[in-house]
Amino acid sequence: MKITTIALNTFKEAKRDRVLYLLFFFVAICLLFSRFLALLTVGDRVKIIKDVGLASISLFGMLMAILMGTGLVYKEIDKKTIFTLLAKPIHRAEFLLGKFLGLVLTIFIMTGLMTVVFMLILFLHTFTVEWKILLAILYIFFELCLMTAVALLFSTFTTPILASLYSLAFYLIGHLSWSLEMLIKKVKSGAGRAALRLLYTVLPDLENFNFKTEVVHNLPLPAKLLGWSFIYGVVYTAFLLLLAMLVFRRRDFI
Amino acid sequence: MGKVLELENVHKAYKVGFIPRKKPVLKGVTFHVNEGEIFGYLGPNGAGKTTTIKCILNLIFPDAGRITIFGQDSLRPRARQRVGFLPENPYFYDYLTGREFLGFYADLLGLHGQAREEKIGYFLKLVGMERAADLQLRKYSRGMLQRIGLAQALLNDPALVILDEPMGGLDPIGRKEFRDIIVNLKKEGKTVFLSSHILQDIEMICDRVAIILAGEIINQGYLGDLISEKVLYTEIIIGGVPAADFNHLGESVSSSGDRVLLKVYEEEKIDQVINLVQQKKGKIISLIPRTETLEDIFVNMVKSQ
Repeated sequence: MKITTIALNTFKEAKRDRVLYLLFFFVAICLLFSRFLALLTVGDRVKIIKDVGLASISLFGMLMAILMGTGLVYKEIDKKTIFTLLAKPIHRAEFLLGKFLGLVLTIFIMTGLMTVVFMLILFLHTFTVEWKILLAILYIFFELCLMTAVALLFSTFTTPILASLYSLAFYLIGHLSWSLEMLIKKVKSGAGRAALRLLYTVLPDLENFNFKTEVVHNLPLPAKLLGWSFIYGVVYTAFLLLLAMLVFRRRDFI
Repeated sequence: MGKVLELENVHKAYKVGFIPRKKPVLKGVTFHVNEGEIFGYLGPNGAGKTTTIKCILNLIFPDAGRITIFGQDSLRPRARQRVGFLPENPYFYDYLTGREFLGFYADLLGLHGQAREEKIGYFLKLVGMERAADLQLRKYSRGMLQRIGLAQALLNDPALVILDEPMGGLDPIGRKEFRDIIVNLKKEGKTVFLSSHILQDIEMICDRVAIILAGEIINQGYLGDLISEKVLYTEIIIGGVPAADFNHLGESVSSSGDRVLLKVYEEEKIDQVINLVQQKKGKIISLIPRTETLEDIFVNMVKSQ
């Protein structure tokens, strides 16, 4: 109950922060780029539209997750609204979880709205509804949930600017860490390989949620891979939230 | 009479500077608040009043010491079940209206349905904010925020109400209304912990006080015990007699026109002053014996530290 109340209030606050305006940018970019790039492309125009659309949902979602995730908790502390809230019989973990769920709800609604716009644009080009695309978007959403947890974790101990930079670094590392896996295969077994493997295990691999290519080019998507990615997302997000709660538990609000 | 709140040897230091150094803010604070009393927590700015309150409410963690609320360790959220808190300069979600704001806290406390609406309506009326209930908090003045903040603090029908500088930012009428509300809380059997640097407020309504200075409790007890009934001096305003005539009887504080303000320290000299005024055909305009006030105690203590 307490978590739901905090989550709904967080959603209200996000709405007030006019994040919905981002949607207009999304629509504009989707329409303009798909039109423009399609003109320059010799091959399949629809594939370009799908590519640009999915990349835009991912990009705008990531921006929302980082900007809101790093700002909202900090604002509570900075504006001292947290004083009256935590003076009530509320666990700090409940507060943080409420904030997380409120942000996830906001991102869910925004991703949903972007999906509707995207599917509409696609429909106008193909006159068919490609349900498989929704699968790619679902996994983008899982990635965004993880990124929200990352932003929330950083915001529990640093300023929004630093937290945004850290989160962005996490995002970039997450999308490049797959190359470590390739490197591991090429390095001879020994200490170096073990170190690389350890690094790869600790670092996030956000490419686990990237099924854009498979969907756009109609490649097969094995259920085992999808299942593994889902579990990876849930476990990693839970781990990050737990870490955030541990940091937040002993924090002084001066 | 049970102890509602108890602090035992509470220490807290903040880290300051680029290379963090520990700056002690609370140095072994010990006091208790009895059930059903209005307890005044008095100290100048920066003495550690708000830090103490934050320690009680678990917003910051003491480095050492023990705090219990209704016999429960303050670290447990359940200990705050029956506590209401109004912070100094309250900050709230300014995009909510007064009614929505109270609704948010009512939801957090698990109130719903008719009981929720009735409670919100009752407290809006109690703090005199019915007319501004549907206005966003960003449009509220400081005094209005203080009032809606008090409503928020009382929403869970707390047995202990903690108010940090509640009268700051209020106009004289508002201060009186706030004082009346606080006194009524006591009548309802609630315990009130009131922190302030405004002595008048504390002197008027508190049963017991603790005085904190630079992180240490320098005095505490019943107001009656702290303030002696002994007359310190008598202030006499005299008309029609020059100040020089009273030099041997008292200290002439000021004289304007034909009026003289005289401070007389010895009781037997008061009669001599009256006789002298009669002889010189002057008149006594006022004669006020001054007893010790909380302010005197406070100022003396601050000076002696």
